[in-house]
Amino acid sequence: MFTAFATEWEGFEPGRWSNTSVNVRDFILKNYTPYDGDESFLAGPTAATTQLWEQVMELSRQEREAGGVLDMDTKIISTITSHGPGYLNKYLEKIVGFQTDKPFKRALQPFGGIRMAQQACKEYGYEVDPEVVEIFTKYRKTHNQGVFDAYTPEMKLARHAAILTGLPDAYGRGRIIGDYRRIALYGIDMLIEDKEHQKETHFVRMTSKNIRLREELSEQINALRDLKKLGEIYGLDISRPAKNAQEAVQWLYFGYLAAVKEQNGAAMSLGRTSTFLDIFIQRDLDRGILTESEAQELIDHFIMKLRMVRFARTPEYNSLFSGDPTWITESIGGVSVDGQHMVTKNSFRYLNTLNNLGTAPEPNMTVLWSTKLPTNFKRFCARMSIKSSSIQYENDDLMRVIHGDDYAIACCVSSMRVGKEMQFFGARANLAKCLLYAINGGVDERLGVQVGPKYRPVEGEYLDYDDVMQKYDDMMEWLAELYVNTLNVIHYMHDKYSYERVQMALHDREVKRYFATGIAGLSVVADSLSAIKYAKVKPIRRDIKIKNRAGEVVDVARNVVVDYEIEGEFPKYGNDDDRVDEIAVQIVRTFMDKIRKHHTYRSSIPTMSILTITSNVVYGKKTGNTPDGRKQGVPLAPGANPMHGRDTHGAVASLSSVAKLPFRHAQDGISNTFSIIPDALGKNTHIFAGDLDIDRLTQEALEEDDD
Amino acid sequence: MLGYIHSTESFGTVDGPGVRFVIFFQGCPMRCLYCHNPDTWGFDAGTEMTVEELLRQFERNKAFYKSGGITATGGEPMAQLPFLTALFTEAKRRGIHTCLDTSGICFDPAHSERFDALLSVTDLVMLDIKHIDDERHKALTGHGNAGILAFAQHLSSRGVPLWIRHVIVPGWTDAPAEQEALGYFLGGLKTLKALDCLPYHDFGKQKYAALGIDYPLADTQPVPPETAAQARNTILKGMKKSLREQAKQA
Repeated sequence: MFTAFATEWEGFEPGRWSNTSVNVRDFILKNYTPYDGDESFLAGPTAATTQLWEQVMELSRQEREAGGVLDMDTKIISTITSHGPGYLNKYLEKIVGFQTDKPFKRALQPFGGIRMAQQACKEYGYEVDPEVVEIFTKYRKTHNQGVFDAYTPEMKLARHAAILTGLPDAYGRGRIIGDYRRIALYGIDMLIEDKEHQKETHFVRMTSKNIRLREELSEQINALRDLKKLGEIYGLDISRPAKNAQEAVQWLYFGYLAAVKEQNGAAMSLGRTSTFLDIFIQRDLDRGILTESEAQELIDHFIMKLRMVRFARTPEYNSLFSGDPTWITESIGGVSVDGQHMVTKNSFRYLNTLNNLGTAPEPNMTVLWSTKLPTNFKRFCARMSIKSSSIQYENDDLMRVIHGDDYAIACCVSSMRVGKEMQFFGARANLAKCLLYAINGGVDERLGVQVGPKYRPVEGEYLDYDDVMQKYDDMMEWLAELYVNTLNVIHYMHDKYSYERVQMALHDREVKRYFATGIAGLSVVADSLSAIKYAKVKPIRRDIKIKNRAGEVVDVARNVVVDYEIEGEFPKYGNDDDRVDEIAVQIVRTFMDKIRKHHTYRSSIPTMSILTITSNVVYGKKTGNTPDGRKQGVPLAPGANPMHGRDTHGAVASLSSVAKLPFRHAQDGISNTFSIIPDALGKNTHIFAGDLDIDRLTQEALEEDDD
Repeated sequence: MLGYIHSTESFGTVDGPGVRFVIFFQGCPMRCLYCHNPDTWGFDAGTEMTVEELLRQFERNKAFYKSGGITATGGEPMAQLPFLTALFTEAKRRGIHTCLDTSGICFDPAHSERFDALLSVTDLVMLDIKHIDDERHKALTGHGNAGILAFAQHLSSRGVPLWIRHVIVPGWTDAPAEQEALGYFLGGLKTLKALDCLPYHDFGKQKYAALGIDYPLADTQPVPPETAAQARNTILKGMKKSLREQAKQA
């Protein structure tokens, strides 16, 4: 496709990436320089970095004092080109660009839902311009309206009762990673040319599927044209490839910036950029036009910008995600499929920003861990983890088998090949609540209303394992179907009304789509079923008054199981005890198989995650007492974690229980939130402990005597 | 054969080299005032476990223990000598590194041969010397220290690698003269590989409350790490004195 080797590519090893097609992976593998050394080459912050960062800290302080939001746009609808340039200090910033015309000013993004945008503004004392509200209620439909037009009453009820929770039906689904590296490597013009070619060579038989793709390709081309204008707004010509390291970082950042200007997604992840950018930095270092200090400055300024990404969100959203996360995940390290590690000096520079700018949760630095990573890098990671508690680790040896060596993590654990795979984010189904529905024949244990199908509830004085399991299986069957169908509605409407055109412009035409589902409450379910199997669990039944929205009692649900008495001991998940761990494995496999039975939107491939890192708190509030002895309101354990305090045999046993969960059936990721005090990792920091060398000590003793 | 086991810890990082599978034996004859595991004292409790059961737990996760091994602690593991010997013998047969964390209280100098079988399958002993002075040792733990010191010397003469631990407790083990005397004794141990001075902490308080026992050191303040580091230097001073004398004699 490419006619000539661009002058900006001089010094790079050519390959398929330069001769045939857009192929960033090929470029990386042909050109990157693996680094086995230690961190001693790293540079501290420059004066400009320190000055800019102080400015950012001051703005953060003002933002906190202003109640969480410093400024909001209420009139200009955020698009790639909606705002003029914004700076902290034009003369010091090596990397430029903000979502609006001012740092920390939150953009107005109503395409996901106008009410969400209004609520977010109202909460912080702002009001969306009435004209904008009118446009987005009267003339332009949003994703949120679309979804609710198509929802069935059953879907609305399941959502209300919170057996399906956190659904992206009122906010941006996120989780799509554009291959922002393509802009630095090819420049916008070549990418447009490529997309035009894709459109020209696509099917001409106008089925609804083909029409949709043609329209999407046009949207993508428009987005790329806008992206070029975004560069112009900042006085930069990004139509051509980046010719040096600074341009490479800047071009790449413009791509990401365009994405967050258009999408307020639940996770707006960055991809796998550090080793890619190292190639440009190394070329400049070799040419003698860049020093290590300048290289670090570029990365520091880039990371600084990422830390300043802000979205306008509602308090409900913030409570679901325990804060206001942007999930700017960057995947670092890993190993190539031919066995060479992919750690470069830039992998160190990214982590070094935690030194130069101090520790921070964003961007979410994620190390793709392999036993084959170089020892020096492993040691550096360990030291930085102890120092900053800000590094996430993921198992590259496991994921490489499925995704190869150019995948990245979206959000916290969702893996996808950059520019080739994407996912439809699906929040999660609460399996703990599903178990309670099985026990109560579909009646919600908090609301008293019939949410699930009216199956026969459990009877008798004690819960019987086989009986409960049979009923649970039936209830999961119902839940899986409802869940998949609900997500089908959501993603259809998101594509229709809030299409991620920039991110998809930075993908191949034929993308593999994952249909991500998720489960919450796994450890509660495993322990509950274990209690029923190995101890005796007595259900406590009560009547529940059913209230309407006004709070008036309209009905009474009779004999609902609302609590449990446990007699005896039972094995608990998190202690490497197969008796209960096998139950957890079985639940994961069973629910995933039930998900697989259903039609998924756009022929996407169903996957499942076990990863509620923060929302487990909210889910716990909405889940009644459970047969494991957990009380209503107590948080579910995060992700695949054992319930808090129930893993009593130490970390290895706890990790081993989690490690039994089959990745094949939870391919969208299994998370385990693990905290440990540094002292519990060994005695390295204890100055009062230590090895003795008697010969040396004797020598010392004799020398002291001589003095 | 059955052992009486209080509990196991799958991720031990401070009880010997590397990451270790730690076995807490039930029952201890000592009653150290600062003991932080009073729940392991009684000989009438614990879970009955076989060597096979314990090592199976180890084997399941042995990938974690590549540079570690197993550590027997307690309680006092040597109070269950036959079981402990059986455990370490089998562990050794399987190539597992064995570490014994003990107070040495059960050692009988008059019948040291009883411990030969155990010591032949023990890679490392972590010996906790509570006090160098016999009387003060008695007041602190309920027993004299003669057997314990003899055990240290026995290990030295048998060539068993040895780590010494010593807890710095205000009012009990913080006198420099005593620390130096301890060091002087340690200077005579040929197989000494490490010396850990641990600052006293009161993490055990809650366990005492839960067991309904009075906490004997209720008024004692936890020790800052610097104090323990200083104590270690004082002990080393005593050691050097001994080493100097030995060198000159030779």
